[in-house]
Amino acid sequence: MWQFAMICDVCKKNQATVFFTQIVGGKLQKVNLCEACSKENGVTDPFGFSLADKLLGLGAAQEIERGGGVQRCPVCGFSQADFKKTGRLGCAACYETFSEGLQSLLKGMHKGTAHVGKVPSRMQRSIEREQQLKDLHSNLRKAVAEEDYESAAQIRDQIRGLEVET
Amino acid sequence: MAIHNILNTAGEWLRGEGPHHQIVVSSRVRLARNLKSFAFPGWAKKSERLQILECIKPRVEELPEMNDAFSVYSQDLSALEKQVLVERHLISREHAAKGVGSAVLMNRKQTLSIMVNEEDHLRMQAIRSGLQLKQTFKMIDKVDSELEQKLDFAFHPHLGYLTACPTNVGTGMRASAMVHLPALVLSEQINQVIQAVNKIGLAVRGLYGEGTEALGNLFQVSNQTTLGEKEEDIINRLNKVIEQIIEHEQNARQLLLQKKPTTLLDHVGRGYGILRYAHSMASKEALNHLSFMKLGIDLGFFPEEYRVPIDELFMETQPAHLQKGSQQKLAADERDSLRAEIIRVKLAAFPAPDMGKANEPGTSGQS
Repeated sequence: MWQFAMICDVCKKNQATVFFTQIVGGKLQKVNLCEACSKENGVTDPFGFSLADKLLGLGAAQEIERGGGVQRCPVCGFSQADFKKTGRLGCAACYETFSEGLQSLLKGMHKGTAHVGKVPSRMQRSIEREQQLKDLHSNLRKAVAEEDYESAAQIRDQIRGLEVET
Repeated sequence: MAIHNILNTAGEWLRGEGPHHQIVVSSRVRLARNLKSFAFPGWAKKSERLQILECIKPRVEELPEMNDAFSVYSQDLSALEKQVLVERHLISREHAAKGVGSAVLMNRKQTLSIMVNEEDHLRMQAIRSGLQLKQTFKMIDKVDSELEQKLDFAFHPHLGYLTACPTNVGTGMRASAMVHLPALVLSEQINQVIQAVNKIGLAVRGLYGEGTEALGNLFQVSNQTTLGEKEEDIINRLNKVIEQIIEHEQNARQLLLQKKPTTLLDHVGRGYGILRYAHSMASKEALNHLSFMKLGIDLGFFPEEYRVPIDELFMETQPAHLQKGSQQKLAADERDSLRAEIIRVKLAAFPAPDMGKANEPGTSGQS
């Protein structure tokens, strides 16, 4: 009898016997795997640290590829082909190097595209200071425009004070 | 502290004392962190991984939480010791495969475990008994806040914590609860529940099982996404969903008692009979029968004081736990016979299920 055989998405060789479907943020993702690849990719991993990550990594590789030609991270030498193979990035700088392809990938993968959670306290200070400096500079321009030179001088000193911290 | 101390004492979270412990076995929260100026472990060369390890390990060891901790390089653990840690959820399977360049640290109570150079430079996890996601998060968040004073974490102002896999970027947090849902499985409602949970961006995984077919009716529910939502919001959302799952499971139990008591009693009775008298038992079979014994205790068919031995057997019958007592590696059939023996001995004084003593509706699971 004729049978319709699905081929494994990972090795592209064996017949797929494990079908994994997942919905993330309303986006349906389907992966077909053969027995060997499903084991290797942790579909049968009872501890679940890696299951979805690994499978998502497969889709991820395809998305990043659309980002553009051959690119290597200048910091660690990681390439798109490496990402396609592993579903992992090489180093923190890779997020900048491959930002174009990653953006659409992250959008499909997560709830939002910007981090709104915890910030390391050391970073917190520098992020806050950046915002303060921004505000002060705009106040300074306003004061100068209004010819309020007394305030302008005060603001200038505040800016200098903040800049010394760096 | 030595490895045998860890191996010979079960972790605090296994004691089953937390809130809703009848249905929620444990709550777990892990954070992924990386150092700024090193390649991620999967891409770093061995010498770089060793550098990372020596940068991180001493900083973790000096944490007040890790006072009297167990700290060991991956190459100094045997395959069996690693497997025991995997079965206790203290390290991941991926980490168990690591050798030189990786390490694991855990506190004496086995509520905190920190993997160095797993998929990320740091994978820090807290695990507690029962439904305690908020407290568990607080525990690991404190460790993270202490470590960030000493280590420069890779953090992007818009993307948050940077991780080797883009699925973890942002908070780097994965929170999960391990839930025991025999009645939802028995009444064939489990797939509906899984689908509903998937729809709102949470993942359900079989726990000791293949695919989604969870062995021992144990499931792991966790957040799927890490970017665009605050840690506290993720935890609260997950917590609410778990509370709803608990309610569904409790309703399903009452419904089974009223509508299908024979099916229910048959599962508990068979579990009891087979566990007490079998002489060869595979790990999967043991888990499935133990699941119904656990349900029997929840429903009052067995006295409450027999809860601990059953909970202990869930862990003690796992392959590595089974073998840690014996000198050499056991073959599959030897393991099955040893497993059956351990169970028989432990259940020797176990009273027969008393179905007349079923808890009144509404009293089960109210812990």
